[in-house]
Amino acid sequence: MSATLNASTLLAVPLAPLAGAILAGIFGTKMGGNWIGRRLSHTFTILGVLIAFILSAMTLKSVAMDGARFNATIYEWMVVGGLKMEIGFLVDGLTAMMMCVVTFVSLMVHIYTIGYMEEDEGYNRFFAYISLFTFSMLMLVMSNNLLQLFFGWEAVGLVSYLLIGFWFNKPTAIFANMKAFLVNRVGDFGFILGIGLIAAYTGTLNYSEIFAKSGELGTLIFPGTEWLLITVICICLFIGAMGKSAQFPLHVWLPDSMEGPTPISALIHAATMVTAGIFMVARMSPLYELSDVALNFVMVIGAITALFMGFLGIIQNDIKRVVAYSTLSQLGYMTVALGASAYSVAVFHLMTHAFFKALLFLAAGSVIIGMHHNQDIRWMGGVRKYMPITWITSLLGSLALIGTPLFAGFYSKDSIIEAVHFSNLPAAGLTYYAVLAGVFVTAFYSFRMYFLVFHGQERYDQNPDAHHDDHHHDDHHGDGKPHESPWVVTVPLVLLAIPSVVIGYLTLMPMLFGDFLKDAITVNSAAHPAMAKLAELIHGPLAMAGHAFSTPPFWLALAGVVTAWYMYMVNPALPAAIKRMAQPVYTLLENKYYMDWINENILARGARLLGVGLWKGGDQAVIDGTLVNGSWKVVGWVAGIVRWFQSGYLYHYALAMIIGILVLMSYFVTWPTLRTVLGL
Amino acid sequence: MTLTLGHYLTLGAALFAIAVVGIFLNRKNLIVLLMAIELMLLAVNLNFVAFSHYLGDMHGQVFVFFILTVAAAESAIGLAILVLLFRNKSSINVDELNELKG
Repeated sequence: MSATLNASTLLAVPLAPLAGAILAGIFGTKMGGNWIGRRLSHTFTILGVLIAFILSAMTLKSVAMDGARFNATIYEWMVVGGLKMEIGFLVDGLTAMMMCVVTFVSLMVHIYTIGYMEEDEGYNRFFAYISLFTFSMLMLVMSNNLLQLFFGWEAVGLVSYLLIGFWFNKPTAIFANMKAFLVNRVGDFGFILGIGLIAAYTGTLNYSEIFAKSGELGTLIFPGTEWLLITVICICLFIGAMGKSAQFPLHVWLPDSMEGPTPISALIHAATMVTAGIFMVARMSPLYELSDVALNFVMVIGAITALFMGFLGIIQNDIKRVVAYSTLSQLGYMTVALGASAYSVAVFHLMTHAFFKALLFLAAGSVIIGMHHNQDIRWMGGVRKYMPITWITSLLGSLALIGTPLFAGFYSKDSIIEAVHFSNLPAAGLTYYAVLAGVFVTAFYSFRMYFLVFHGQERYDQNPDAHHDDHHHDDHHGDGKPHESPWVVTVPLVLLAIPSVVIGYLTLMPMLFGDFLKDAITVNSAAHPAMAKLAELIHGPLAMAGHAFSTPPFWLALAGVVTAWYMYMVNPALPAAIKRMAQPVYTLLENKYYMDWINENILARGARLLGVGLWKGGDQAVIDGTLVNGSWKVVGWVAGIVRWFQSGYLYHYALAMIIGILVLMSYFVTWPTLRTVLGL
Repeated sequence: MTLTLGHYLTLGAALFAIAVVGIFLNRKNLIVLLMAIELMLLAVNLNFVAFSHYLGDMHGQVFVFFILTVAAAESAIGLAILVLLFRNKSSINVDELNELKG
């Protein structure tokens, strides 16, 4: 602890975007009477994010260079039964890195939005949302306790919901945002159960206090079962991560979230929000290290996501959906790395992926602008000539994604594959082959898209259902030729392309084997030696790149690129032929493994049936029928009998009295005798 | 044959029983009802006097005076109510007086 960080500086990081969001959101919209216009709105929000980025960069510098750390509570919200609910910041290597990634990508997306949303009516609202998102995400990553993490977690979910349904006139967008919200509820349910278990057994929500008690937590048994408590906690928390980071089977919302505007697909659904789950698991590494079962579970889920979502990317025709499935697959890779106890590798891939995937999304958005809001890659082609900057940056992004040596994605993805290779968990064997196959699939779908969009024949005018994807501004289509996007769009592309290429080379050693993440991430090297073995293998970025040519991932990636080139450039009839031959497989992929069908027809319908059953049986029959109506019916029935005595005739009342007197008298007269006779 | 306490008590019980039957059998006239009540009181009085005489205790006969007084007052009030009732309902038929019915 050589240097400390200033609490108010840290506080300014999330608050600056929040201020921008409030200004643009309240005074720039109808709510506050449209006081400030478009120019002021984007100036305020960009300024807020710029301040956040500069402060984050300074924080990163002091964290990385001077070893500064910060862990303190800023504000105590309330204390309930000894459980403190606080707002506090924990800044170490992991947080500082996340802060920089979030603010940098956010800044790029803010600038990009000026160009992308130029003609949109909801311009100010959009800026307010993305600034609010930046605030929420910063609160999430800077938190030093689970409560604030959960707050950020839910807040980013809310903004994601708002932004997926940004074009609220579009029924598909509303369907998609409801879907995202509901699927995330499933994950959050697990997450809050995990937080609740931690709070119940440790009595605190603060990270460092929880980790201090992790030793005793690791020995407890979940009551009533034979499971380790820590396994239950870790799996519950991971279910939260599965929802947020779109892991199988809770991945279904992410492809549909592409209904939102492209900048948020880049910011939220590729670079930052969806990686919150990865971040959370890495943050909770001291707990995950205690449970091999949870790690195996994490790894299997990651492997399934990495491979099978990649397959889906192959058959998609919507440019954004290809990138979305690619994101799912890459998130699977990160999850696999978490399962292999290579948390720092997962975080490393998170960072490199944030840059190149944001780049690919923004480039896709740029292509969409150029194509006048056509998103179908079958009707693109040859865009290279018209959009040179988009072309070059896309190529760089794709190369980074598939893991070309020296590019960012290469270092992170190859490290993941090697870490899985070295992992001693039972699930690692099959997972290794899944991630290796994933490399080929990644290269294939990335370059399928690349070739279809940027090379080959121009097919713009052959689109049978042109303007199918248009939203409200279809005023100037028909001139056919695409055009390069304005500078506000291309500058972020260039700025994102630079880290996509070099960030892996620069940060490989400090992130994976240096002190940068040492105090944020705990690995039990005796039980999970993957990282230790990885350190023996990797000696430096250049050596690693040189070594790549003798490893399978490189050749698999190359094979993927070549196959894509052959199938879509040399022999374009081949894909159709394969499609005819493998019709059942194609149908399965076309329907996304029937996951939506299962969700809608089995889970949703089952839940509805259960609800109807409880409503009819529990509510209407038991509560309304028996308890509420039943009680008045009994009273009425009794009263009906008793009323018969109330005839109104005096002599009836007199008779009742006489009978009563007779009964009482015979009782008092005969009972003492009767008692002695009976001997009672 | 001398008169014993048993004879008086039997007479009292018989009077009381007649009064009770009078209340139940009577369906027509409220005055008969009042008379039956008076008869009940008389039966009670008879018991009091008989016990008082045979036990040699004067308290019982003092009670009879009280009961007679109260019964006179009760009859007066009862008849007054009866008159008012007849003015209102134009009837003292017991079968028509069932307004206490709930």
